[in-house]
Amino acid sequence: MGRQVPIVDYLVIDDGAPYLDANACEECGALYFDRRNACAKCGKTAFGKKKLADRGKVASYTIVHRAAPNIKVPYVSAIVHLDGGGDVKTNVVNVEPEPEHVQLNMPVRMTTFVAGVDDDGTEAVAFGFEPEGSTA
Amino acid sequence: MAAIGGGAEGVPLMADNVWIIGAAMTKFGRYPEQDVVDLASGAALDAMTDAGATIHDMNVMAVGSQFEMFTLGQRIQKQIGQTGIACYNVSNACATGASAVRTVIMAIKAGEADMGLAIGAEQMGKAGLLGNAGQARDKKNVFEPDGRYGNVMPVEGVIGTGVMPGVFAQAGMAYAAENDGVGFEQFAKIAEKNHKHSSLNPLAQYQKIFSLDEIMGSPMQAYPNTLLMCCPTGDGAAAVVLVSEKKLKTLDPDVRKRAVKISASVMTSDPWVEEGQVQPDVNTLTRLAADQAYEESGVDPGDLDLVELHDCFATAELIHYDNLRLCEPGGAGDFIDSGAPMRDGKTPVNVSGGLISKGHPIGATGAANIYEVATHLRGEAGDRQIPDAKVGLTHVIGLGSACSVHILEKQAV
Repeated sequence: MGRQVPIVDYLVIDDGAPYLDANACEECGALYFDRRNACAKCGKTAFGKKKLADRGKVASYTIVHRAAPNIKVPYVSAIVHLDGGGDVKTNVVNVEPEPEHVQLNMPVRMTTFVAGVDDDGTEAVAFGFEPEGSTA
Repeated sequence: MAAIGGGAEGVPLMADNVWIIGAAMTKFGRYPEQDVVDLASGAALDAMTDAGATIHDMNVMAVGSQFEMFTLGQRIQKQIGQTGIACYNVSNACATGASAVRTVIMAIKAGEADMGLAIGAEQMGKAGLLGNAGQARDKKNVFEPDGRYGNVMPVEGVIGTGVMPGVFAQAGMAYAAENDGVGFEQFAKIAEKNHKHSSLNPLAQYQKIFSLDEIMGSPMQAYPNTLLMCCPTGDGAAAVVLVSEKKLKTLDPDVRKRAVKISASVMTSDPWVEEGQVQPDVNTLTRLAADQAYEESGVDPGDLDLVELHDCFATAELIHYDNLRLCEPGGAGDFIDSGAPMRDGKTPVNVSGGLISKGHPIGATGAANIYEVATHLRGEAGDRQIPDAKVGLTHVIGLGSACSVHILEKQAV
């Protein structure tokens, strides 16, 4: 297996189970996946890190059928409300991309997969969420 | 409350009211033989003619275009008249045209101008899907973290979608997750309504009626939005001429009797909400804008004779019924099922055909919906006229986000 890097810097794939790591405002607790100059909620500038839960529920989804040529369709995109706080945009994986198989408010859990390989053989590891109980 | 505008001579109690005295739009569509300056100049000249005015009467001008920002206003002036007035070029995504209108309103309210011209224009051609689709790299591909999320490769389609049909599908499905009676069919009914409405509007890009089955069976873009539930890209322009109430009282009676009062003009941006950090939140800022507009105007949602709202996708229109307080909280599904937003319903919505069928040349849209409502209030909307319309509301959203709501009223001055 080649070297692996996370597809985005808020996915941690070091030792142990992969997890999402948010920037958390030290004043008000607001969570951000991207770097912020100041907190968009309270305006303070000190941030710490918060490890987010790997489980949540589907707050919304769409099934994308039309996309740029390099993107495989159909796929399920969703907003997941994470247990214990935080929202994440993600693909729902290991599910048939049909409305009857994707339920609003259904429980999901995080999983990871290799999304691409660069010219040096380094693998980009991405996260997705799959239905609880999925055996795929 | 002190008298608004029109106070005793020399005693400015509050900012003056602002009125529309001229409005025009091009038919939306595709104009490969014209450039955006032609489209904007045509709408501007028509609006000034409609107002019984010329460029020499204007003391301020604002021009909105999302894709053609660089001194577009000054390039238009070279076609319609160079008089040395202040000219502002504005951009605010899909709220760009409304931002141009509001720029002129603010200049008049500030007392810097008593008559001004606002233009929204766009030339898009067949732009295809809008959004942050993945970009191909042409050099050696080595994963290096880039940007504020440290991406090593494009994430569209890998970590969800940021392309418009899907973003707005997710906005609609979030509403469906929390409210009963909302699903694919309710969203599709909205597109059925707007396509049907557009059949009466000669300025619409498309004027074709489709059945619910045709809409639900057209190619799926991003569930639940099928092709016929998505607005097209296109070209077009709209313009309005605005005056202070004080100036209006000096104008010809034929101008005064067609004047339309701007009873509220509001602009909002996103307040912080948790889910808005990973997916644009089109609800909160719309609710803020609507509530401010109702308070500013004293108009109640039940008073509205027509509404032109931002139906970039059918899923968007449904949630804005609730955001704009047109229905009971959580009742947007029942609202469309009941026929309330049909042109013969309780609160006609998008009788122009909406963005879905009238078209959505981005910079023009927010000025064109003001044209639409003003035209109904003047009783000049032809076959699509809402009988005896007295009060109307316009709403646009530029994703990112910017929201503008205007409430217009037919009143005597």
